[in-house]
Amino acid sequence: MSRILQDRDERRPETHPLTFRLNDDGTSVMLDAYREQQGYVSVERAFRDLTSKTLIDELKTANLRGRGGGGFSAGLKWSLTMQGEGIPRGYIVCNADEMEPGTFKDRLLLEQQPHLLIEGMILAGFANNAYQGYIFMRGEYVDAARTVQRALEEARAAGWLGRDVAGSGWDFDIALHTGAGRYICGEETALINSLEGKRASPRAKPPFPGQSGAWGKPTVVNNVETLCNVPSVVLHGADWYQGLSQGKSGDGGTKLYGVSGKVKRPGLWELPMGTTGNELLERAGGMRDGHTLKTWLPGGGSTGFLLPEHLELGLDFDTIGKAGSRLGTGLIAVVADDQSVVSLARNLEEFFARESCGWCTPCRDGLPWSVKLLQALEAGEGERGDIDLLESLAVDLGPGRTFCAHAPGAAMPLASAIHYFRDEFERGVTRGQGKAHADPIPVGSV
Amino acid sequence: MTHASTSTSAPIATDGFVLHDEDRAAIAHEREHYPHPQAASIEALKIVQKRHGWVPDAAIEAIARELGVPPASIEGVATFYSLIFRQPVGRHVILICDSSSCFLTDYEALRDAFFEHLGIGFGQTTPDDRFTLLPVCCLGACDRGPALMIGDDTYGPVTPEEIPKLLEAYA
Repeated sequence: MSRILQDRDERRPETHPLTFRLNDDGTSVMLDAYREQQGYVSVERAFRDLTSKTLIDELKTANLRGRGGGGFSAGLKWSLTMQGEGIPRGYIVCNADEMEPGTFKDRLLLEQQPHLLIEGMILAGFANNAYQGYIFMRGEYVDAARTVQRALEEARAAGWLGRDVAGSGWDFDIALHTGAGRYICGEETALINSLEGKRASPRAKPPFPGQSGAWGKPTVVNNVETLCNVPSVVLHGADWYQGLSQGKSGDGGTKLYGVSGKVKRPGLWELPMGTTGNELLERAGGMRDGHTLKTWLPGGGSTGFLLPEHLELGLDFDTIGKAGSRLGTGLIAVVADDQSVVSLARNLEEFFARESCGWCTPCRDGLPWSVKLLQALEAGEGERGDIDLLESLAVDLGPGRTFCAHAPGAAMPLASAIHYFRDEFERGVTRGQGKAHADPIPVGSV
Repeated sequence: MTHASTSTSAPIATDGFVLHDEDRAAIAHEREHYPHPQAASIEALKIVQKRHGWVPDAAIEAIARELGVPPASIEGVATFYSLIFRQPVGRHVILICDSSSCFLTDYEALRDAFFEHLGIGFGQTTPDDRFTLLPVCCLGACDRGPALMIGDDTYGPVTPEEIPKLLEAYA
């Protein structure tokens, strides 16, 4: 079980809205304990004081940005669904399909604090006048599924879900949907297809899910952590939420940051948005003895590599974007100096090649090709021209050439690995220009 | 919610494969969550797989008839998702996380140790039908890498030396 590595007395309601209720021993906070600690008070406040429009305006001002990695303003997303006073009775879908390599934050929230998510979904349902919510959870999160199912039953029995929610006259329920593997399910339109019981191929956009999503109805898809932020925005207001980042970032709120790789104390911390990589690495106890940091991924396998000098940057969407990478999920993975960037790039591209749904040609054919080239370079059997070919593949996999962001996500670590560590790649080139790199794509070799 | 009902009171049988009554009830329960029965396809496959260990051809037909969707749709779904097994697997499926954070915490050594200990590779089952070995996407246990699952249980960090002891609990 994953733990938050901050003691209870550091996690306070006024500074740690996501984690202040969590138990030090990692046991789940269920309904009674949740209610005793401001649980469902935001729903009461919304029903009493807010309309759909005022709630969405508050969220926009708070500048809560999508924590699944996209960084899109949650308030803006909702306002594109609830345009004007029109009432789309569609769906709220929580993306709990956490599979981004290096990301382990939603698991913590699902396993240890399911009611915060349910409360956030009720508020999302109220703001978007949805009638049904779905929690789309990856199939491997067995314990989380049990805990969330139990929490849904508790919430229903207590009148927070179902007909006439808390006497408001408004009906809203939530069902748990568990998946059966495949990373691509985390892409929001692929997720909707999967929810409908189909293969998880992404859909063409437009129409965007906010207009026409699950079963043709307006559908708002938000990440677990994003939804878990909503109750505190509603309870304390946008100004308070903005203040949480302590001037470190224009983005509001806190972030569930994490560190993995060869550090002394890998784990999770809730910190102000814009906290630096240095502080995060310090909290993780630094690199294990005998290792020094070579490079790092700021927020998952689909983000670009950064150098040790970038650790001084605040980890928020705009700052990391300007540095040429993406914040992604904000859970950093560190690479030690004795670990090969070529091998890691090969591992990442193998992942993306395997997980491609196969619909778009650049992704379906380009990714196995990149794996073939990387395997050759890793084995010291690369040919002259292989690195250039990888770079051109990274361009062809880039934004705008495929239906979804899977291929661009695969291209980013590849392009940045070559950019910063070209010498490591060049060491793998031992042969003159041959024809291996131009061979037909090795079907089935990945 | 409304859905196009296709269930009958008679048990649905194809090629001698009969959906268990409990499984039919569980599938019916899942259907209630959605406006269209097709949405229960994945759950139905998981329900059948839980009882039989894998999903034989005849079960695809039976689920298709139960939900009133074409068998090709069920087959398309069954073959797309990595945790639906279309061939027999061992009594315990071992899923080893092969994603970047586990890779950075020595996944490859752990994988090779499993190959050697069990005498099989990925996608294979031990001759005694005890274990099937598969790679899996990032398990969301990166702070405990290298991580793996055996059945419903998640473990990490796991060292090669710990493998024999770890497997003892799975007969």
